[in-house]
Amino acid sequence: MKINNDIIEQHGLKLDEYESIKKLLKRNPNLLELGIFSAMWNEHCSYKSSKIHLKKLPTIGEQVIQGPGENAGVIDIGDEDAIIFKIESHNHPSYIEPYQGAATGVGGILRDVFTMGARPIALLNSIHFGSPSHPKTKSLLNGVVSGIGGYGNCIGIPTVAGETKFNETYNENILVNAMAVGHAKKNKIFYSKAKGVNKAVVYVGSKTGRDGIHGASMASAEFDENSEEKKPTVQVGDPFTEKLLLEACLELMRDSSIIAIQDMGAAGLTSSSVEMASKGSLGIELELDKVPCREEKMTPYEMMLSESQERMLIILEDGKEEHAREIFKKWDLDFVVIGKTTSSQKLVLKYHNKIEAEIPLDALSSKAPLYNRKWSKKRLSKNKIEIKKLKKIKLEDALIKVLSSPNHSNKSWITDQYDQMVMCDTVNRSGSDAAIIRIHNKDKAIAVSVDSSANYCKSHPLTGGKQIVCENWRNLIAVGAKPLAITNCMNFGNPENQEIMGEFAECLIGIKEACEFLNYPVVSGNVSFYNGTNKKNIFPTPVIGGVGLINNLKKYQTHNFKMETSNIILIGKSFGHLEQSCFLKEVYSIIEGRPPEINLTNEKNNGECVLSLINKNLVLSAHDISSGGLITALSEMCIGSSIGIKVEKPKKLTNINEYFFGEDQGRYILEIEQKNLSEVEKIIKKNNIYYENVGITQKDYFEIKGEMKIDVNDLFKINNHWYNNY
Amino acid sequence: MKSSVIVFPGSNCDRDVAVALKKMQFNNQMVWHKETSLPKSDLIVIPGGFSYGDYLRSGAIAGKSLIIDEVIKAANSGCFVLGICNGFQILTETGLLRGTLLRNESLKFINKDINIKVINNKTKFSSKYKLNQVLKLNIAHNEGNYFTDKNHLDELKNENLIAFKYCDKNGNISVKSNPNGALENIAGIYNSKKNILGMMPHPERMVDSIISNTDGVNIFSSLMV
Repeated sequence: MKINNDIIEQHGLKLDEYESIKKLLKRNPNLLELGIFSAMWNEHCSYKSSKIHLKKLPTIGEQVIQGPGENAGVIDIGDEDAIIFKIESHNHPSYIEPYQGAATGVGGILRDVFTMGARPIALLNSIHFGSPSHPKTKSLLNGVVSGIGGYGNCIGIPTVAGETKFNETYNENILVNAMAVGHAKKNKIFYSKAKGVNKAVVYVGSKTGRDGIHGASMASAEFDENSEEKKPTVQVGDPFTEKLLLEACLELMRDSSIIAIQDMGAAGLTSSSVEMASKGSLGIELELDKVPCREEKMTPYEMMLSESQERMLIILEDGKEEHAREIFKKWDLDFVVIGKTTSSQKLVLKYHNKIEAEIPLDALSSKAPLYNRKWSKKRLSKNKIEIKKLKKIKLEDALIKVLSSPNHSNKSWITDQYDQMVMCDTVNRSGSDAAIIRIHNKDKAIAVSVDSSANYCKSHPLTGGKQIVCENWRNLIAVGAKPLAITNCMNFGNPENQEIMGEFAECLIGIKEACEFLNYPVVSGNVSFYNGTNKKNIFPTPVIGGVGLINNLKKYQTHNFKMETSNIILIGKSFGHLEQSCFLKEVYSIIEGRPPEINLTNEKNNGECVLSLINKNLVLSAHDISSGGLITALSEMCIGSSIGIKVEKPKKLTNINEYFFGEDQGRYILEIEQKNLSEVEKIIKKNNIYYENVGITQKDYFEIKGEMKIDVNDLFKINNHWYNNY
Repeated sequence: MKSSVIVFPGSNCDRDVAVALKKMQFNNQMVWHKETSLPKSDLIVIPGGFSYGDYLRSGAIAGKSLIIDEVIKAANSGCFVLGICNGFQILTETGLLRGTLLRNESLKFINKDINIKVINNKTKFSSKYKLNQVLKLNIAHNEGNYFTDKNHLDELKNENLIAFKYCDKNGNISVKSNPNGALENIAGIYNSKKNILGMMPHPERMVDSIISNTDGVNIFSSLMV
């Protein structure tokens, strides 16, 4: 077949990129080679628009064993234990085919984690849908939730935390981000870098089919009205096979048979073989006749570009072949030596004894295009919202609106569809600020949380970037964990648009500044561009997944009130920031103004003080204040426990809604037993932290003196009815 | 006491139940589904999970696996057999227990803490519970909606073979406290010799107060009496 401009375009390549390919090869590529270039050079695999920005992120620290660049990030949690984790997007396939898209998103991220030698111990997700009234939203929500559950429940790894948000910006392009967290022994971590010439390259797992061909290219383009036709590019997941693959890999990893291992994710056999060989500065030669195929007469092109799931590529030490084969046979999985490492620094593909492709590896990796795209800065909004001029609403009515809104409603309709308890190490399930997972057979645990704030990021990307890192950090602190490191999933629109590229660049600067200040490095992540349909881009939505350590399981904390007559204190200053707040959105449908300011010094001091109080066993419950402000956070603490609270209004109050619904940052609510109050106040003052006494817990009623009094059971009902009636 | 946990491809609560058995001082062994003989056991546990990916029908393929012949032999000669969740589904597929587990009425997977009531405490599995005691256990299944024919239901009632029924926290057995649509809120049953127990809730998830509670302990410790 002669390669013409149409074919080049169908492969998602620009004409000047095609010219570069010819220069690198010193000849015209054939179709197979073009397909391989397209798979490796697309945005999803090459990070060509994002790389120069990502390099600025802090990625090292004494807690970091492996930063970005491997299948997942690795951190040290003391003793001989390491935690391996990563978040990844599966937005485009999930919009086209929600069940399989979401399921394979979970499957893919799990493989990234167990490829490195970890047993996965927790799954999280961040899912974003369009407006609930959009005709597609309901079926997308249903499909995505059952897909996430379908995969995680079957493979037997608990889905412990997540966030589900609705915003019309996702009407035509939903977001499905999945995060996996695994545990490994520090001295038993496996990497993807090939070593040594003439080593066996082994294909294990499922057979290769015609599904998901060009999936990575699809994820590197905007949608249009014909997107439904892309269904064949969506992969089909089989969690049962993945369970077998997981157990077989972990069994083989017990000894020293493996030199390098890599899962076949985006761009399947192509990216796995290219990455392993490039990292080791070696060459790789594959005999495609040996690739186990699910369908008849598959061509080399299809084999190399298929994104069939549940497959791995392993480079074995000499003499370990039979031993490894036995293990995979036991688990009824394919195990075929399909090639070898070479010293040629080339990818060579043979089929029917003929060389079908021969590409220098650097052309696919280090010499892939790299763009420094134009980007523009976003200024802080100057629109002032005159809160006093808005139509008056009673505090109680506003609270009901917020608590019954889709974004703030109780999510048990979703979480009940996920097995949160399998593996029997889930200490704290969904609903709190962060989930807590015990390290098996030990008295320590990790805390995990995922967070995003698209409205803040849209309004001012720099502040928004900082804010999500801080909120994530706060969520871990609130359960008594020391935050260690994050993974990030950057969901953005079209990077060729200067404004969108600016959103990306500035969100990253915000993330970088907050991570540096808080010693909270980024150890893994993923970039998803081209989220949008017909030139309409989504709001910038970076998602942060954080992991923290609870060294002593006797000292973790939850957010529900524990007893009556305890003192409730508010850590951090309230300025009454209502712009971009959930209050304005839910009550007045106003999404305007600036996001709340981030003061990193206060953030750090407040957080460290809260953590020290929890560690001293002086706190009965703790909750961070985020979307919805103080009153929403207090309601959640009541709802979780059926205990009420009596709140005294502060004496100098300018506007009651500003005080109770303001979304000022760096704030926590702590429940303190009366007898400990003076000691707690002493510590807080010594640390120069601003705090207020808010009220006292009581039986049955959430009461704000002179303003409102609601039965906690009614609050529960208000918070619980939306999903069940949707 | 000696116990064996059968491991099928796709079992995923095998480790959880092994941890619980060890905690209760059982001398436990894991038995791979391709084995053709069982180690000497006082108790055989068929754990939860998705054996063979739930393909065909949950429990159907496991019910025809190599090791299951040995389980049937052992059960018929009086060995205690406990099937939890997918294990219960497998036991109904083998015929060791009668009835079947249909799709949940909501057509959704359900994972949550629920309450069950001890209907018979005069068996080897339940002697340490009080009659009508309300337990809080965890369920996690797609197909937990127990169904059987009228004759068998009468038999279950007349011979006191219903082990547990779903209820609310005060012990009321009602449609509202039935999470999956199971016939008469049945959460677990015995065979007529009462040496085989199948149940949808997971007792192994409730043996550790740091994680949950200890309401599941007595299922295992009753056997030690």
